[in-house]
This record gives sequence, C-alpha cells and structure tokens, in this order.
Amino acid sequence: MMLERTGVPTEENLEKIYPDKKRLTQGPVVIIECFQKIPCDPCAISCKFGAIKPFKDINDLPQVDFNKCTGCGVCISACPGLAIFVLDENYSENESLIKLPYEMLPLPQKEEKVCALDRNGHTLCRVKVVRFQKIKNKTNVVSIVVPKKLSGKIRSIKVEDKNDER
Amino acid sequence: MKKTDIAIIGGGPAGLSAAISAASLGAKIVLIDDGLELGGQLIKQTHKFFGSEKQFAGIRGIEIARNMIEELKGLENVEIFKKATVTGYYEDNVITVVRGAKEDILEKIKAVRIIVAAGASENMLPFENNDLPGVYGAGAVQTLMNLYGVVPGKSILMIGAGNIGLIVSYQLLQAGIHVEAIVEALPRIGGYLVHASKIRRLGVPIYTTHTIKQVYGTEHIEKAVICEIDKNFKFIDGTEKELDVDTICLAVGLSPLSDLLWHAGCKMKYISELGGYVALRDDNLKTTKDNIYIAGDVAGIEEASSAMLEGNIAGLNAAVSLGCSCKDFQQQNNKLKSELSELRANPLSEKVKEGINKVLIKGKRG
Repeated sequence: MMLERTGVPTEENLEKIYPDKKRLTQGPVVIIECFQKIPCDPCAISCKFGAIKPFKDINDLPQVDFNKCTGCGVCISACPGLAIFVLDENYSENESLIKLPYEMLPLPQKEEKVCALDRNGHTLCRVKVVRFQKIKNKTNVVSIVVPKKLSGKIRSIKVEDKNDER
Repeated sequence: MKKTDIAIIGGGPAGLSAAISAASLGAKIVLIDDGLELGGQLIKQTHKFFGSEKQFAGIRGIEIARNMIEELKGLENVEIFKKATVTGYYEDNVITVVRGAKEDILEKIKAVRIIVAAGASENMLPFENNDLPGVYGAGAVQTLMNLYGVVPGKSILMIGAGNIGLIVSYQLLQAGIHVEAIVEALPRIGGYLVHASKIRRLGVPIYTTHTIKQVYGTEHIEKAVICEIDKNFKFIDGTEKELDVDTICLAVGLSPLSDLLWHAGCKMKYISELGGYVALRDDNLKTTKDNIYIAGDVAGIEEASSAMLEGNIAGLNAAVSLGCSCKDFQQQNNKLKSELSELRANPLSEKVKEGINKVLIKGKRG
C-alpha cells in the first residue's frame, strides 16, 4: 500500500531518506520522514550545522548531509509536519535512543514508562522516557530508550492519563 | 453616511493582511467582520503553519492572527466593525452593514475601493439521516473545541482527508477525543502527507476510496456505516463497515462566499479547481469592476498562507490606485507576487494554478 493511500511510509520511502549503516553506528543522527514536495522550509533554517542543506526552492524535499549532523534535534520542534526524529543507535549494547516530537497531553515524566507506537499507531512495547524537553513553540521533544531491533519502527508514544475517567 | 477610502469585507487572514498593507500606506480603512473576534479561521488553527520561514512558517495560526490584530491596533486609520455583516452592495459604491448586539443597526458605508475577503462556506454531503444531531462541519467542530472549549462528541468519524480533515482530526486527538477513522472518497489523501502520517502514528486509520453511507440512532447518532466506492463513486455492495461513533465531522471541501461579488456585478465564472464561482481578476486581484478587489478563499479555495499574500497584494494595489504614495511600489508588488508563485510551485498546487489561469485577466489595464 502506498503512502498516499494510507499515510504510512513504506520501506521503499524510508530507504531513500535513511542514513547508511556506517553513519548509524556513529551516534545520534536525524531521520526526516518528509516525502512530499510542499512549500515549507523551517528545518533547513533551524539547522545550525548546515546538515540540512539550504533550500533552492521552498518546495524542495530536505537534503541531509549526515556527516555534518550532530543529532542535536533542534529541527525536531522546528518541523511543522512533526516529521523529524533523531536516532542514536549507540545508546547501549541492546538499546537505542529515539527523540521524537510530542504535542499531546498529558506530558510524560522523566523515567516514566510509556507505550511505544509504530507508524500505524500499533503499540509495540513499553519504553522508558529518559528526557523531556519542554519547547517554547509547544512542540516538545521526548527522548525514549527502545530495544535496538525496534528503533526503525517506533515513532510515537502514548502516555497513560492517570486522571482519565473516560 | 460613513465615508472611507477602502472597505475590507472579512477579517480573516486575507482581510487582515489587506488592511495592514493598505493602512500602512495611509489609506483610511473600515474592516468589517461577522465574527465575535477578528482572525477568521486563523484563530482556530493550533498547528504550526507551513510556508516560508520568511513569512509565517513554524508559527501557529492562532499566533499569526494575534500578531496581525496587534499590528492593526497600532494603526489609527483603521476602524474595525466586529460582529457586523455586509448585506448588500449598491452601484454608487455604498455597502450596507448590519451590526449591533441585537443586529438592529443598519449602517451605510461609502468606500472608494472595496476588498472582498469574505472567505468560504463548508460543503455538505448527502447521506441517509444526515439531519440527526451529531453531524457537524469541521469548522463548527473547531469553533466549539478551540474557541469555546466544548467537546463535540466522544467518538468521531471524520469525512475527508484533505488538510482540514487531517488537521481537525489531530486537534480532536489533542483534546482527548477518540477519532475512530478518517474516510476519503478519492483514491489518495488530499492533504499534506506529514499531517496524515502524524495521525496514523496515533492509531487513526485512513480509508481512501471510502465514504459514509448512512448514520442511524434515535435521538442522536449512535452508529455510522462507511462503504468502499468504485471509480464512479458508487457504493460497492458488501464492503460496508459499521462504526460506533456519536459524531460525524464533515471536511468535504469549501465553496467561495461570492454573493457580494455577484451583487456588485463582477464577471463570475464557475471554476471547479477553485471550489465554485469566483470573480475574474487581474494579477493584482482587481475584478472586472475597477473599484473591487478580492483576496483569499473567495478568490479560490487555497491555504491561509496564500490568502495572506493575496491580501497584501490587494491591499497594496487598492491603496496605490487611490493615490497613496509608495516609493517602491513595483518592487514590493513584484516581490509579493513572486512569493505567491513560490508557494504554488509544488505538485499539490497544480490544480489551483490551472483554475486561476482560467479566470486571470491578462495584459495591462487602466
């Protein structure tokens, strides 16, 4: 099924934007899941390292020089489409760290266990939040530690609402 | 009778931009809006805008409105009528406005130029029992939720996967409301795919080539039936699915609110790519009537970012046509136009561009 029909990027889509294996083993790096030409350029402007190359046309797809990317994650909250993630495959022997954008409530607490969801919204496992960055523009950034084998699949979280009586 | 240089009808993104552009050149402005607050649809938009960082990209719609309203407040030559409806246009360039808390004040305004930025209305969809309580337009859901903090329902079925359907689904999820599914009659998602992906990640399925067949319930909606459709938009028997929802949100397109332009005798044309009847215009947004300009959705259904640029262009040109001095007018005008074409230089804007070409009056005009 195509991305245009489902909203879920295919393996083929992802291959085109993923850093190579070597770069993935060298520490935190950006993953930009943006596959459609739309007029939008904040990611390139937010990058202080020139890793997201400046756009010639506002409708360009982001082009990343992965060797310049430090995985700082400033672009995560800059992206209006919430399409940017940072992946650190070096977090530990069996675990990776994923930084992802989060605009829901409740806000997760540090050390809290939350549900980790894939691109279809299916819960894959429970993971620990190791950092929560409250960002001024209200696209907050959550860092979660995930099993290494799921680092390519997990892209969202669900935080349990302790006050939820619905 | 009140007299002004420019009357601007509609205080949404296009009208606000037009007012700022024209007023900053010294034109006397009356800005008329039927809402309780200025800002049109912007004040319901909690998501960050796309577009160029030079413009408003990355800023949430609600903040864009706040900034523009703040800017207008600093301009002495702008008078604002809120909760006021323009009810008619007369040949001597007079418009009538109904306003007041009881809607009992009828005011006449004579304006040398008029900019119509009246926006659009939402389309309805015919299906069985669509008059049951619980069927909303997406605009109404946004008003309830984002302006008044009222939950429209507990479980929602969204009809339409254009940008509005996708964005409102996301806002519903943010408000803690369950979105059961999004259905889209076309074979592809019409809105930005990044919006679609972020909703999918939260577990909402999107069914393309599906539509709503019927809803049922006694006092209000209790269930909805969706169904796959074929190339001719006919239901495919046996593909029905029953969903437990209490609310249907319709996001099935918009139609330009062009009544005043008809009334004024502007030449109109039905352009499906632009959502309905729109006025012929030149590239400065002037209609076939020398004193009437258009901007925003009334000129063709598009995004707020392009509506704001159109507002700037219409405001600038209307003011200069009145003799307001603007030293680098040509340069400013060309810059706005090139920013507008940059915004439209993507595959999703192809239809809009085709539509505009069909109503564009080309060549130099007096």
